[in-house]
Amino acid sequence: MQRRFTLKALTAAVALSGLSALPAFAADTIKVGILHSLSGTMAISETVLKDTVLMAIDEINAKGGLLGKKLEAVVVDPASNWPLFAEKTKQLLTQDKVDVIFGCWTSVSRKSVLPVVEELNGLLFYPVQYEGEELSKNVFYTGAAPNQQAIPAVDYLMSKDGGGAKRWVLLGTDYVYPRTTNKILRAYLKSKGVKDTDIDEKYTPFGHSDYQTIVADVKKFSAGGKTAVVSTINGDSNVPFYKELGNAGLKAKDVPVVAFSVGEEELRGVDTKPLVGHLAAWNYFQSIKNPSNDEFIKKWGAYAKAKNIAGHKDKPLTNDPMEATYIGINMWKQAVEKAKSTEVDKVIAAMAGQTFKAPSGIVSKMDEKNHHLHKSVFIGEVKADGQFNVVWKTPGPVKAKPWSPYIEGNDKKPDEPAKK
Amino acid sequence: MSIRALLSIALFFIAVQARALTAVEVKGIAFGESEARIEALNKAVASADEKTAAFFQAIADEAVKVAGEQVVIVRDGKAFDPVSGAALALPDGLEDLMLNNRLRGELDSALAALKLFSPDAKVRRAAIKQMQSDADDSKLPLIEKAYAAEQDAQIKAELGLVRAAALLNSPDQARRLEAAGLLAASRQANTKTVLIERLQNETEPEVKAALRSSLREVEAALAWGDRLGALFSGISLGSILLLVALGLAITYGLMGVINMAHGELMMIGAYATYVVQGLFQKYAPGAFDWYLLAAVPVAFSASALMGAALERGVIRFLYGRPLETLLATWGISLMLMQLVRSVFGAQNVGVENPSWMSGGVQVLGNLSLPYNRLVIVAFAACVLLGVAVLIGRTRLGLFVRGVTQNRPIAACMGVNTARIDTYAFALGSGIAGLAGCALSQVGNVGPDLGQGYIVDSFMVVVLGGVGQLAGTVYAALGLGVLNKFLEGWAGAVLAKIAVLVFIIIFIQKRPQGIFAMKGRSAEA
Repeated sequence: MQRRFTLKALTAAVALSGLSALPAFAADTIKVGILHSLSGTMAISETVLKDTVLMAIDEINAKGGLLGKKLEAVVVDPASNWPLFAEKTKQLLTQDKVDVIFGCWTSVSRKSVLPVVEELNGLLFYPVQYEGEELSKNVFYTGAAPNQQAIPAVDYLMSKDGGGAKRWVLLGTDYVYPRTTNKILRAYLKSKGVKDTDIDEKYTPFGHSDYQTIVADVKKFSAGGKTAVVSTINGDSNVPFYKELGNAGLKAKDVPVVAFSVGEEELRGVDTKPLVGHLAAWNYFQSIKNPSNDEFIKKWGAYAKAKNIAGHKDKPLTNDPMEATYIGINMWKQAVEKAKSTEVDKVIAAMAGQTFKAPSGIVSKMDEKNHHLHKSVFIGEVKADGQFNVVWKTPGPVKAKPWSPYIEGNDKKPDEPAKK
Repeated sequence: MSIRALLSIALFFIAVQARALTAVEVKGIAFGESEARIEALNKAVASADEKTAAFFQAIADEAVKVAGEQVVIVRDGKAFDPVSGAALALPDGLEDLMLNNRLRGELDSALAALKLFSPDAKVRRAAIKQMQSDADDSKLPLIEKAYAAEQDAQIKAELGLVRAAALLNSPDQARRLEAAGLLAASRQANTKTVLIERLQNETEPEVKAALRSSLREVEAALAWGDRLGALFSGISLGSILLLVALGLAITYGLMGVINMAHGELMMIGAYATYVVQGLFQKYAPGAFDWYLLAAVPVAFSASALMGAALERGVIRFLYGRPLETLLATWGISLMLMQLVRSVFGAQNVGVENPSWMSGGVQVLGNLSLPYNRLVIVAFAACVLLGVAVLIGRTRLGLFVRGVTQNRPIAACMGVNTARIDTYAFALGSGIAGLAGCALSQVGNVGPDLGQGYIVDSFMVVVLGGVGQLAGTVYAALGLGVLNKFLEGWAGAVLAKIAVLVFIIIFIQKRPQGIFAMKGRSAEA
């Protein structure tokens, strides 16, 4: 009896999960896969990216679609489960036969998807800043490489305006992105004459929520000279970290913390008043003033209201990965139009050198060779209302260096993906 | 604040040749490169009058706005001219004055320097504390003047240390030597910074030796602060673990229900706190600081009601079938998470600390205890006391103990065991709600809140000995302190692993936990 019940339940479960994967047999649409976690730890950051893609699809469809066809979104939920990312990718490419995938946030999820996309010759747009050390023919990276975020941020903190930091705490979540970024930063700091004893590297597990010891250690470390903290803490651990920082009385003017994974959306759950002056380095901030950003924010606000997106319908927030997603899908559209086809190889060829007027205020360009965007770098200080006040920016767009020169052996690697 | 500032300036008039703030100075401070702005700022300090101080205070309060070339102070929706103080029409297109950390630091020390002359001892103290980190040559004349004028012996001593720190960079070797000796008495972390910096630049061997010996003394004093700090953070973590596990000690420990939805009951408590906060913000913004007091009973009742519904609806049909209970409650936990996600959204929601819970109390030079942690430690103690009294001293507690020890006999005595089960489960759930309320003050409030604590809470209950409240207390505090000491020594990741290994070994050697149930009920 019991076994029969289990069998039945299993069949039902399989049928249910199959439902979402049912291919729609409409030949006159172009399918766009969306691979962002809608549940689990990363849902906090990734849900909004799914909505950004949907918004862009609506927008393109409203203007008459692409190559005379409508775009059709296929949304799957890999549930912050890294191996599931690969399975869902396979499903998107083989069953749903999507022409392009927008997705992933953490580097570990991208690493999981990579072999599948390469094997099935798919096309992935990855919208988040990452550690570099990767270049694939099938992936376009619309987020920042280390030289477009981490290195300029450290430079700023070393400058007089940034406080002239001499000692460094490199603090991160324990996985590939923070470890690699900190490896690059350590090498970079050493090249600037910082001694090993003046660098303190610390890691915490995913979802860590008790930062008392870490903050006390930072305090102790900072007694040895002007200290800055570089935080690659990811996900919702940031909230308890910043709360502890505020309560321990570590002020930004004494020990500034620059974060690489904290944006407007992550600060939504934090009381930002004690954090005024702490920094974040990104390629876009909502507070940047220019016509294309005003338009982007307005569009997002209207879309969030129309679709009743929780949180955003009352207080629409935009952030860097959303902007990168938006640039990515628009560039893909332009490339498809140029190639007059959605065939992956033709689109990849057409992507080279595409430009798009980005909300960050520059004309963003896809590099002709290395599949990364040229980006401006901004450093912003947290304001009391949770927005950022840009205190420093690069004079113009910076070309990405996915192979950081501060990691040994990278100087011999070519600045373009290997051809098959 | 502004009254104090005005008073301080009244004295300052006498101390320094004061000159009115000019429009040129205001523009110089508000616009341009940081370097030039800081220079303008320091120039204005040297000849500050009350308008200057008011202007600085306004910048620090972020009340200074700019519209194009115009600089205005905006307070309570009204604009004032910083130079004349005259009221102005609110200009269009106001933007915040651009400030960065460096400017903010300079501004703070400028304000502190002005406040050294305040008649209020508290203000002077705060100013001295501020100056400790950034005393330099440029502020020395002001410090000397304040030092000479200071009457209060204790404040004078503190100010003396600031003076010594500033003197440390004096070109005169004798003064440097004197300053290095004086600083040995300091118990502040930033004294260490100052000493180390000087030590790197010092060339005179005699001064170097004095610096070194002072540094040793300061460091020895600071080490105590570090040790006490680690102990406190251990107790604080322990109190959180205790809160988290106490509810489970009742539902799992006493009743034997493997409740995987325990974490979600905490989450409900945290969300209840969030809702109460929202109501206060909307209907009683004046009493916002006290919303937490209202949130405590609300969080308790919300989770207790949910717990009662769970017990009546699902768990009561599964008594004695631990595997099914485990699966069913796990399913319920998923449903509760999705429910919250649908109602409140997948993103974390912001729960603010009331202002009396922000910041901390300075105990030693380098040890400050955050108020929110202190409050939680006290709260955990209260909850523990409440539960102990309830279980040990009341009729309900007697029934609960009776039912868990021997259900048929209790039933024979006329105890309505089904109802007692519901009450006990609701109590355990309500305590989970209280834990959620406390967690909302230190961590994230999101649909996944409970997931991070469920393993910890089972760990504490199992380690303490199933069925024992006292064991839970010892296990929670023990694990908290052990975890924090390991963390300080080996880092957070390794500490977590080490604690898990420790628990595995401990349970292997002593499966019944720290405290074993004795007597006949142990076999039941």
